[in-house]
Amino acid sequence: MKTLVLSCLLLLVFCFFSEAKTIVVCSECKVTQLTTALDLAADYDTILVKKGTYTSVNTEIKKQVVIIGENYPVIDGKEKDEVLVVKADNVTLSGLWIKNSKRGSMKDYAGIRIVDSRNVKIINCKLENTFFGIYLANSKNCLVSGNHSKGANYGKSDTGNGVQLWKCDSITIENNHMEGHRDGIYFEFAHFCLIEKNLCEKNFRYGLHFMFSDSDVYRENTFQNNGTGVAVMYTKNVEMYDNIFRNNWGDAAYGLLLKDISNSIIERNTFTNNTVGVTMEGSNSITFSRNNFASNGYALKVMANCIRDTFMYNNFTANTFDAATNGELRENSFKYNYWDKYEGYDLNRDKIGDIPFRPVSLYSMIIEQMPYAVMLLRSFTVEILNRAEKSIPGIVPETFQDYEPMMKPNVL
Amino acid sequence: MFKIAKYVMYDILRSKVLIAYSLFLLLVSFSLFSMEENSSKSLISLMSVVMIIVPLVSIIFSTTYFYNAYQFIELLVAQPINRSSILLGEFIGVSVSLLFALFTGVGIPVLIYAPDSTGLVLMISGFALTLSFISLAFFSSVAMRDKAKGIGMSLMLWFYFSVIYDGLVLGILFSFNEYPLEKAVIALASFNPIDLGRIIILMKMDISALMGLTGAVYKQFFGSNFGIIYSLSIMLMWIILPMLIALRIFRKKNL
Repeated sequence: MKTLVLSCLLLLVFCFFSEAKTIVVCSECKVTQLTTALDLAADYDTILVKKGTYTSVNTEIKKQVVIIGENYPVIDGKEKDEVLVVKADNVTLSGLWIKNSKRGSMKDYAGIRIVDSRNVKIINCKLENTFFGIYLANSKNCLVSGNHSKGANYGKSDTGNGVQLWKCDSITIENNHMEGHRDGIYFEFAHFCLIEKNLCEKNFRYGLHFMFSDSDVYRENTFQNNGTGVAVMYTKNVEMYDNIFRNNWGDAAYGLLLKDISNSIIERNTFTNNTVGVTMEGSNSITFSRNNFASNGYALKVMANCIRDTFMYNNFTANTFDAATNGELRENSFKYNYWDKYEGYDLNRDKIGDIPFRPVSLYSMIIEQMPYAVMLLRSFTVEILNRAEKSIPGIVPETFQDYEPMMKPNVL
Repeated sequence: MFKIAKYVMYDILRSKVLIAYSLFLLLVSFSLFSMEENSSKSLISLMSVVMIIVPLVSIIFSTTYFYNAYQFIELLVAQPINRSSILLGEFIGVSVSLLFALFTGVGIPVLIYAPDSTGLVLMISGFALTLSFISLAFFSSVAMRDKAKGIGMSLMLWFYFSVIYDGLVLGILFSFNEYPLEKAVIALASFNPIDLGRIIILMKMDISALMGLTGAVYKQFFGSNFGIIYSLSIMLMWIILPMLIALRIFRKKNL
């Protein structure tokens, strides 16, 4: 009993001495600079930054501190170097307004860089005129939430990425808004991440771009008006649910480009007003189900090197071309999709059309082989050729058919 | 000349064919616009209709009208009137009435549902196509004395421009696929008023991005000020040239 009381007392005393303090930073306070506050702080301290403007050139955060901004204090990098660099675990940055990092072609200057850290949280920060927005390198279990980053408008080559992950693990990226960057969200070697409810728009290149980033989940994100849409490459086990890909319109734009992606699930996404809804190249074992493809130039472009892909319960409406390909498809299956261009019948009334639908039209094959034939788009002759091919198919790929097309749109 | 045009107009505006033509167009346009809530989609469908129906009706109607008015023309030729002004008067009369029909049939619905630049371009191409096919009709009816032959030739011209020509283009593209054809393709489009009209409209609609690299080439050309002037002047050529030839033949023709 005595020992218990003693140990309790000891614990209490211990707690008293080790109490984390709060350092307030403002222009009239004792501490007027963020850098001084960081020098004074110990691990587990809180730094409260009041409204104002603070210069921060390559400030390194090496202690496990919480930095909270009140009414968005401006942390200005003066375009000299990076603004904030986190090099410790358990750091939280919230409510800061990061401005003016340097830009360069040799080094990726970032607004907030997180290096070799765990459990770092970046919450509700604003980033403006930074080369890269938030850059996580070799970090784990971090959270990037509610941030808004607006890249400087210097054109494609002179802008970095909104959120960049390099060699990361278990990162959550949610509710962020990325605009005017090169890529909204960019991953390399990032595994087991969750990307949720982000909005990436008006980026010069891609809304989302990743490579070698297995086992990530994307939910309810919106990618719109980006230079060339979304491009994802060399990855397996990708899951995309309820995302929206829209208004990616241009000569080389697509809603979603899948290059060498395998074993992935793409479900309940919406693809509207893209030049190409989904382009697939060398992508295997992907399941597309309950997606909505509407008003795209091409809904699907499936290259002949894609195998074992499944398309089920998708809706295709008001697309100029439903599908295009460059050869015979192998082992891909199309089932129970709704195609608004389907003209078949349903005698046994099981809501499934009795004759298969071929989504590839003769003209889309012709364009694939000779792009100049685009001059005849919507010409009467082309209509006649398409009709003739439809009644007696000869040229369009034998295997590219939906054997059980739905008569009415699927409920998504 | 204008007096003749006026009489021709009065004559045509009373005819049932013209009323049927404008009513048909009106019905098509209204149903297309009310079927689809997105007006640009219905403009595309309307364009397909305009590109087939308008040239056909223009050329056939003008040819038959010319042959039906043959006796009237003969009577006029006996009067001290310049032959050119007789033919031009006929041309203006037919043109004004057909343009009027097209305006009521397509122009009014477009003004109501899609009063933007795309609608305007659709109207302008429709008007230009009407005029050039009337011009072609006058050429064929002046060139052929026999009514059946004249109408046959008109039909052949229409068929050539709306079907055969595109087939030929496809053949040419297929044979020369390996070569850079950017300029050749623009030239090919210029030799057919229907293709030219269609491409101008498609350029105006946002669809050009669909066309990839080649589309970008078109867009760069037809979208530029020079391109617009070029395509308008080519369209004008398609109106003037056949009519000029028709005038030349008519002036020396033994009626």
